[in-house]
Amino acid sequence: MTVAALAEVADVSAVEDRHVRLAGVTRVFGRPGTPKSVHALGPIDLDLRRGEFFSVVGPSGCGKSTLLDVLAGLSKPTEGTAEFEGRPIDGVPAGVGVVFQEDASFPWLTVADNVAFGLRRAGVDAAEIARRVDYAVGFMGLKAFAGAYPAQLSGGMRQRVCIARTLVMQPRLILLDEPFGALDQQTRLLMGDELLRLWRETSATVLLITHALDEAAMLSDRVGVMSARPGVFIDVVETGWEVERDSRIVSHHRFGDITGRLWEKLRTESLKHLRDG
Amino acid sequence: MKSVLGPAAVLAVLLLAWEVLHLAVANTGLPSPLATLMQLVVLLGEAEFWAHASQTAQAFAAAVVLSTVGGIALGILLGMNRTAGTVSEPILVNLYSLPKVTLYPVVLLIFGLGISARIAFGIMHGMIPLTLFTMNAILQMKPVYRRSAAVMGLTPWQTSVSVVLPAILPEVITGARLGVSLCLLGVLIGEMFASRNGLGYMVMHAMERGDMPTVLAVALLLAIVALLVNAALLALDRAWRH
Ligand SMILES: Nc1ncnc2c1ncn2[C@@H]1O[C@H](COP(=O)(O)OP(=O)(O)OP(=O)(O)O)[C@@H](O)[C@H]1O
Ligand SMILES: [Mg+2]
Repeated sequence: MTVAALAEVADVSAVEDRHVRLAGVTRVFGRPGTPKSVHALGPIDLDLRRGEFFSVVGPSGCGKSTLLDVLAGLSKPTEGTAEFEGRPIDGVPAGVGVVFQEDASFPWLTVADNVAFGLRRAGVDAAEIARRVDYAVGFMGLKAFAGAYPAQLSGGMRQRVCIARTLVMQPRLILLDEPFGALDQQTRLLMGDELLRLWRETSATVLLITHALDEAAMLSDRVGVMSARPGVFIDVVETGWEVERDSRIVSHHRFGDITGRLWEKLRTESLKHLRDG
Repeated sequence: MKSVLGPAAVLAVLLLAWEVLHLAVANTGLPSPLATLMQLVVLLGEAEFWAHASQTAQAFAAAVVLSTVGGIALGILLGMNRTAGTVSEPILVNLYSLPKVTLYPVVLLIFGLGISARIAFGIMHGMIPLTLFTMNAILQMKPVYRRSAAVMGLTPWQTSVSVVLPAILPEVITGARLGVSLCLLGVLIGEMFASRNGLGYMVMHAMERGDMPTVLAVALLLAIVALLVNAALLALDRAWRH
């Protein structure tokens, strides 16, 4: 094999390894340049490696959900390009699953029917649906509630229903927008463990938006810190955790260092947000 | 049980007020409830009455089916498209607040004197409120439902049928309840103005003859039917809300 051919192989594998690529992505609401337009995001440059756990932290209103919408194909970037698995994102890409910030469980369906919903619309055969739903419901600890309606569940359990509903579609990229925002601290840590378990099991790429620095520090391979609106990445922190990890790493000495560094970056930005109101 | 009790109470109060009014007026202009009831029994035994009733029933049924299906479909169509919704809402509201009787000659010109004109008139009354109810329910629906449908790869048609419709069903049933009563109103008005049959015509005709017991007997019957239909839809409404 020639040197040139080797280089080409290396290049291809690098491209294969790159699951998501954002280049110069900006999002402006309203017509750019007009007084009422809102520059919500960017320019953002970000590459996600296949299978990595990436978290985004940033002050409120900095454009985190907007970023997620771009990746989910729900919102077109005003400028720049967004790619998933080497193809430009145009509409919702197959293989991307989303857990939204608000409770998105359908109140007119039971837990099991909620989880089966996407698969049924996709025309997956009944036996396969039953198998996958059973697994996801069990994985999320909802077995005893499979026949219950969302109104009978707590907020945390409803969010688990939404995670299970995304999980059964077997996405290769999972986007989560503050999924545990409404939960208490203890439940959040435990849900974090479940998320890590899910991530290892599915080997999907995960992008988690959170406002909890400890959550980001504990769960992620890398954490991106965003500035106040218009959000850009002002720092990306490598945590260096092993794949086999759980919430107990909060007692690791490096955990404090990472959280500290995140806060140091974020403090100034959050102050800006407070002042600008 | 409650859904039966409510209309029954309304009926009892009406009857009582009627009796009091009858005693107060103390002439033949307003027959007593008993006299009316007896006239109703007589009517129920006449073939001619049943011919009229069946005309009304047919027009009413057709108007209900068409305005319900049409109202929901149009409401979803307009509600799913924010621009279409914002543009058409004031138009619909204004159109609806027009006194529809003034449009009746136009309807007659288009549909002729047959049953279709009365069906059209029923639809004119019943469909717009249901369209508005459906449309507003969609505009007020949690946006995350449609976003979820989109990320699960649903087509617009699948989204309408399996997400939007179930999400707004309680409001749609309320709108349908209103629409059904208004359809009956529309059909009856249509029969009163330009028709040779139907219960509306029968009432008009009896009025011309000064046959007050018949006028009131038919009115009573219609009130009972309207209350029963409403009660049935109310029960459906409750069943859906679990
Ligand atoms: N459809 C829209 N039209 C106009 N402005 C919008 C729209 N959506 C979002 N924005 C604005 O863009 C900015 C970023 O919003 P976004 O929801 O992405 O923030 P966020 O970081 O997710 O906030 P939070 O932490 O509160 O969830 C905000 O200032 C918001 O008001
Ligand atoms: Mg957000």
